[in-house]
Amino acid sequence: MFFRSIAACVASVVAGSVFAQTPPSPPPPHLARNLAAQCANCHGTDGKNDQAIPALAGRPAATIIEQMNAFKSGVRSGPAATIMHQIAKGYSDQQIALMADWFAAQK
Amino acid sequence: MTIQRRDFLKAAGAAGTVSALGACATNVIEAPQSAPAVIGVAKPKVVVVGGGFGGATAAKYAAKWGAGKIDVTLVERSDAFISCPLSNLVIGGSKQLAEIAVGYGGLAKYGVKQVKGEAKSINPGRGLLMMADGTSIPYDRLILSPGVDFMYGELPGLNNAAAQEKILHAWKAGAQTVALRRQLEAMPDGGVFAMHIPKAPYRCPPGPYERACQVAWYFKNFKPKSKIIVLDGNEDIVSKKGLFTKAWNETYKGFVEYRNNQTLLDVDVATLTAKLEFGDQKADVLNVLPPMRAGDIARSFGMANANGRWCQVDFLTYESSSIANIHIIGDAIQIAPGMPKSGHMANQHAKVCAAAVVELLTKGQVNPTPMVANTCYSFIDDKNVVHVASVHEYDAKDKTMKTVAGSGGLSSEGNVLEGVYANAWAQTIWADMLT
Repeated sequence: MFFRSIAACVASVVAGSVFAQTPPSPPPPHLARNLAAQCANCHGTDGKNDQAIPALAGRPAATIIEQMNAFKSGVRSGPAATIMHQIAKGYSDQQIALMADWFAAQK
Repeated sequence: MTIQRRDFLKAAGAAGTVSALGACATNVIEAPQSAPAVIGVAKPKVVVVGGGFGGATAAKYAAKWGAGKIDVTLVERSDAFISCPLSNLVIGGSKQLAEIAVGYGGLAKYGVKQVKGEAKSINPGRGLLMMADGTSIPYDRLILSPGVDFMYGELPGLNNAAAQEKILHAWKAGAQTVALRRQLEAMPDGGVFAMHIPKAPYRCPPGPYERACQVAWYFKNFKPKSKIIVLDGNEDIVSKKGLFTKAWNETYKGFVEYRNNQTLLDVDVATLTAKLEFGDQKADVLNVLPPMRAGDIARSFGMANANGRWCQVDFLTYESSSIANIHIIGDAIQIAPGMPKSGHMANQHAKVCAAAVVELLTKGQVNPTPMVANTCYSFIDDKNVVHVASVHEYDAKDKTMKTVAGSGGLSSEGNVLEGVYANAWAQTIWADMLT
């Protein structure tokens, strides 16, 4: 699952990516879970919520990666993006891929 | 699971705790996720002090991620959590206190045991948390999330209970929030609301300026002859300067007077006067945010090792840099530059800490690259909101958290969409802590 996301990430166009030059080593245990937990404040525990903020649990990883890349690159920016264009810039492609796969697996 | 005979014996002898043996013998399995306890073997014990944004989150996630292998107890003196974020709206009058309160009942399903009471002191040598009622609770790892306490000693006139009932802080949400609202309601139109802000660092950097907006919203709608004087102990507006200045110059033109570099020396309670370095300011309602430091229990044993006020921690685990097996999270810690003392941050500290504590107690691997993100929303009125956001990563070389280059930023202007998200944020973060 991890390597599939890496492949998706490499395929996506993000300027300034450096991780593709270094071979990926297996992430520490629970890294994806721990990264994803940062999103829970707004998106809900395990990415589940019934509020105005979109839930992430069960969303296809490719969709999450695509949206995060749109925020990072500025395709989605301005007032309508509210905070996500600013938050997304804090994460590497590898971290986004890990989080995306983790949320996709939450049912 | 590690067999910790010493801890089992401690648990068996301690009042107010349930031993693993007892739980098994009576066939009480509190959490659906819990594995059955093994007879004669105590689970490692995590005790969390303080059920706010940090502590409640730490308790929930230690239990959730411990998946039945860890015994988690939350110690909290209040019946319900009351949120500081959004409490300025209660002061402004657009929300009621009941709308920002959540009970602790939702934590039981994760297996979190709850002790209602006041933690008094710690015995680090024996691994005991001593309660005000004389009981003690054994721990293998103690997580302190006590928030801030006020340094009333710096303001002699305010250093007694009677004075503190007249000149309120309303900086811990609850009775004081409602009391400040009552003072504003009782104030005649044409009166002056003055607020003093201490030198940073203090809890919630944008909070005082949001409060000025909320009181201004109330005055504009209900007491249009009244004025707000912001007496800031800092050189300049600490957070979201452009956004708050715009609100005061446009939305609340004529209502808010801002003065920087206002060092508060003392107060005169009888006349509601702020005695400042360069003159006095009398008010009809005087609101003083006293200087703050880590909550008292986190200052014992030299743990407040940053200016005697804040607690330095290892950002991989949030363990105190002074005392082993005691972790400190939330407003009480010495923050890295750019990490505000906010509820959102406390919730993020709690997850890094909970993950590390679970790994440490189950002989796992502590995450070497923790990250935390922050979002602080401020309400300009009852609907329009502005934010500041940031992302921080662990720097292994300097052993601190650093803001990720290029991340974070502010709203371009106050807007209703962020108002919707700010209310949704409150609901989701309260749920992330408590349900």
